[in-house]
Amino acid sequence: MTINETIDQLIREFNQFDDWMDKYNYLIEMGRSVPLIDETQKTDSNLIAGCQSRVWLSSEYKDGIIYFTADSDAVITKGIAYLLIRVFSGHTPTEIVEAETTFLDKIGLKEHLSPTRSNGLLSMVKQIKLYAFAYQVKEKNS
Amino acid sequence: MSEIPESKIQSVRNDFPILSRTIYGKPLVYFDNAATTQKPRAVIDAISNYYLNDNANVHRGVHYLSQQATGAFEDVRKKVAAFINAGSPSEIVFTRGATEAINLVAWSYCESFLNVGDEIIISVLEHHSNIVPWQVACERKGAHLKVIPVTLDGELDMEVFGQLLNDRTKMVAVSHISNTLGTINPIAGIVAMAHSKNVPVFVDGAQGLSHGPVDVQELDCDFYAFSAHKMYGPMGIGGLYGKASWLELMQPYQLGGEMIEKVTFANTSYNEIPYKFEAGTPNVADVMGLGAAIDYLQGLGWNFITSRENDLLKYATTRLLEVEGITIIGTASKKAAIISFLIDGIHFFDAGTIIDHLGIAVRTGSHCTQPLMDILGINGTLRASMAFYNTRQEVDKLIDAIHRVKTLFA
Repeated sequence: MTINETIDQLIREFNQFDDWMDKYNYLIEMGRSVPLIDETQKTDSNLIAGCQSRVWLSSEYKDGIIYFTADSDAVITKGIAYLLIRVFSGHTPTEIVEAETTFLDKIGLKEHLSPTRSNGLLSMVKQIKLYAFAYQVKEKNS
Repeated sequence: MSEIPESKIQSVRNDFPILSRTIYGKPLVYFDNAATTQKPRAVIDAISNYYLNDNANVHRGVHYLSQQATGAFEDVRKKVAAFINAGSPSEIVFTRGATEAINLVAWSYCESFLNVGDEIIISVLEHHSNIVPWQVACERKGAHLKVIPVTLDGELDMEVFGQLLNDRTKMVAVSHISNTLGTINPIAGIVAMAHSKNVPVFVDGAQGLSHGPVDVQELDCDFYAFSAHKMYGPMGIGGLYGKASWLELMQPYQLGGEMIEKVTFANTSYNEIPYKFEAGTPNVADVMGLGAAIDYLQGLGWNFITSRENDLLKYATTRLLEVEGITIIGTASKKAAIISFLIDGIHFFDAGTIIDHLGIAVRTGSHCTQPLMDILGINGTLRASMAFYNTRQEVDKLIDAIHRVKTLFA
């Protein structure tokens, strides 16, 4: 599935919720049930500091594809981190660099990417893009 | 119920236009007053009236408007001085807020009086803005920062404070009220102990001025900093009270127009206090707003304000403790209406996100007191900070919201 196809799928998934509470219930379910990151990857170097919640992001580059895993100490943040992983993980550096990042607006979670939230998610998106950019540069130079 | 009739509380609420708005379709419950308080119409009107009718630069012109603006500006200085019982209006320096007042003293005082090997005492409870300026001053001068610890209740450990005070101490800088725990610190006692060693005391009054009367001469503190926006006034204005004897001895740290007496290319002599600390065109409109805020608070009276806030503090504390799994962080015997708490097993960010969607504004996180959080061994808290315009019904809504959070994350 391409990045845009995943985004469209997410939008469809979230459109079925009329009530904000259902949306958060879904995120909380996701945040709870999905094992996102290996405990050994919860290192300080993988930690994205936010003063509200903490996010760990780890990346692996294999055969031209970047795989991301992430976690958070807050359940809602972890649920949204899962959405970001679903969209961005398993793609080439170029696909990720060129991908749009405004899809959280479309599913009514825009406020979670605002800098004032400091929940680590905005930094997580930036970090994902940064990893992709770095691997892209590495690819070109190899 | 509190003794104040419901109709009086409703009429006070009507003074604050924002309190009638809705958030996510629900009536706003504003419990983030320690971050900033809401503004009564009188303050908003004072600012817009200044720009509509009275705008002119102060201290500069012979023309009518400039004189009028200067008069009104200096009247507010007198009003602030009377409000905190300063010895003279010249002891009031207008700043952008408490942070700028702290920076002013941390630079200007330390430049003249802090030397290699000296010490500055702060406390664990301090907001970052009453830590970093002193830390950097110490780095600049080769001095050391000493920190008063807190007891389990969140009170300053006065015994350790006594031990920290010594001949090398050059300043004690503490908050009047902790923005995170609500602890009201024993300023008069701290001042007495520090003065017995001839050490001046700087009080960060950002949370102090809105909750009860402050008399700087009675406290005998040497400096007192405040922000208008935390006392129902506008953002971007505040002030520093400094004893004239200290202000006279300190060098200005910002230079420019207004603060000079005579300028030649060879040298410059400075204006008298407080003007030597007020370089550039001041924020006149917001000074007008600050004046209106003081008038408003005095109109309400401290009796009304403190009895409302004490009632809300007591009521909210009781109701929170009825909820299973709630821990209140900060249980000092003297507290302002600021309550930090945790819900067992639920991250404060998760709880805060849901509570926000129910129209209730609480603060979550470290509240700009990371060293305190480290010592308490937590990453943050939920904080409900109340003002006289809040109601018991609003506290009930918070409790209901907490129950919903508990069900959702159960």
